[in-house]
Amino acid sequence: MKKLFALVSSSLGALTFFPQIVWAKGKAETLVVVAYTKGVTGLNLYWANLYNDNMFLFTILTGCIMPIAGLVLGWIGDWLIRLTGIDVSKRELAEH
Amino acid sequence: MEWLYLHMPISGVDIFWPGLVILGLGVGILGGFYGMGGAWMITPGLNILGFPMAFAIGTDIAHIAGKSIVSTMRHARFGNVDYKLGVAMILGTIAGFEVGAQMIMWFERIGKVDLYVRIIYLLILAFIAYLVYLDFKKLKSKKEVGSAKVDKLETGITWYKTLHKIKIPPVMHFKEAMITCSVWLPLGVGFFTGWIAGILGIGGGLIRMPALIYFVGCPTHVAVGTDLFEVMISGLYGAFTYTWKGRTELIGALVMLLGASLGAQFGAVATKYFKGMQIRILFASAVACAAISILLKLIARIYHIVVLDHASSVVILGGVFVIMMVILIKTIAGMRQEVRMKKQQLT
Repeated sequence: MKKLFALVSSSLGALTFFPQIVWAKGKAETLVVVAYTKGVTGLNLYWANLYNDNMFLFTILTGCIMPIAGLVLGWIGDWLIRLTGIDVSKRELAEH
Repeated sequence: MEWLYLHMPISGVDIFWPGLVILGLGVGILGGFYGMGGAWMITPGLNILGFPMAFAIGTDIAHIAGKSIVSTMRHARFGNVDYKLGVAMILGTIAGFEVGAQMIMWFERIGKVDLYVRIIYLLILAFIAYLVYLDFKKLKSKKEVGSAKVDKLETGITWYKTLHKIKIPPVMHFKEAMITCSVWLPLGVGFFTGWIAGILGIGGGLIRMPALIYFVGCPTHVAVGTDLFEVMISGLYGAFTYTWKGRTELIGALVMLLGASLGAQFGAVATKYFKGMQIRILFASAVACAAISILLKLIARIYHIVVLDHASSVVILGGVFVIMMVILIKTIAGMRQEVRMKKQQLT
């Protein structure tokens, strides 16, 4: 019974990722997409134009904005966690 | 209700932004807790919210780059990130990934790529699922049979002890992971997991986390943190490459990051209130829920049973919800107890 359970759970675990095989292994080909700017204003318009006109700058900005946003939000989150009063400098390691 | 929808300037679609925040929050908690990027969960979610698949993948990876920085920072403060080990693993991963990608190209030439990929994927995932079960079983029997007290850092499976005996120079001590072994071990494990990830076309966090525990000998918490460090590096690289290929919606990624950063922070802090085995059991539970869901979906498609199709969504959403509730409840209880004890010590 235990072996059967192991076999079934292993098979189910494997089956879990079937759909991923389909979409995950495809290589990222360059898309020929033009951002539609009609009726778009403000920051959205700037961003869409940048995508259409200067992909290099668009890539650099996106590649820099995400980690910087992560750092800033990480610091804010850290500050909020500290407010709860728990010790966020250490933890005890135990496997069981 | 227009204010609930946000225009995505590149793909031109309007997205229900609270959905992005909630999705980010949920996957952030699980990612920070399990030490994964979680692309396999987010990309379909983004697609359901209305992102075209081409943009869903790029936006997902851009958000992972930001989110993994948050969780790596938090885990690093806990001492859960072994940078030296992480760097050794990355070097192996890059080499392995390249070999894996070359192998896929070779398989493509002989025209059997799907078959091979499916077989390898099945074998690897079955192996990972079985490992957690075996680990639990062995640990339980050790506790029952063992006359001496079982060390608190002991796992059920201890294959790493045998691997540590192979002292091919240079031998190095990894402080946070508390192991001394040949550098070739993390390099080799990194190569192996990178090779699999390269063949399967995934980030590989799912494979690296258990590999770090069972083959390298990392405590679970350090495995989670070190794995996230690798996810961060690959996420940053992925964010650049996918954006260069025109596949990233920065606005969508940033909105997701608002929820994900909070979730990642919470998920990372939550590991403090869970023991290693508990983290691994919850990891296996998430896999089991997703597995049942996929199985139901497969049956529904083969026999055209619509009810089972709905049931599969209920199982995965319900399962993830229950797991998240377990994490939330136990963490909040742990936090409250810690604050209470602190107050008692002061008085």
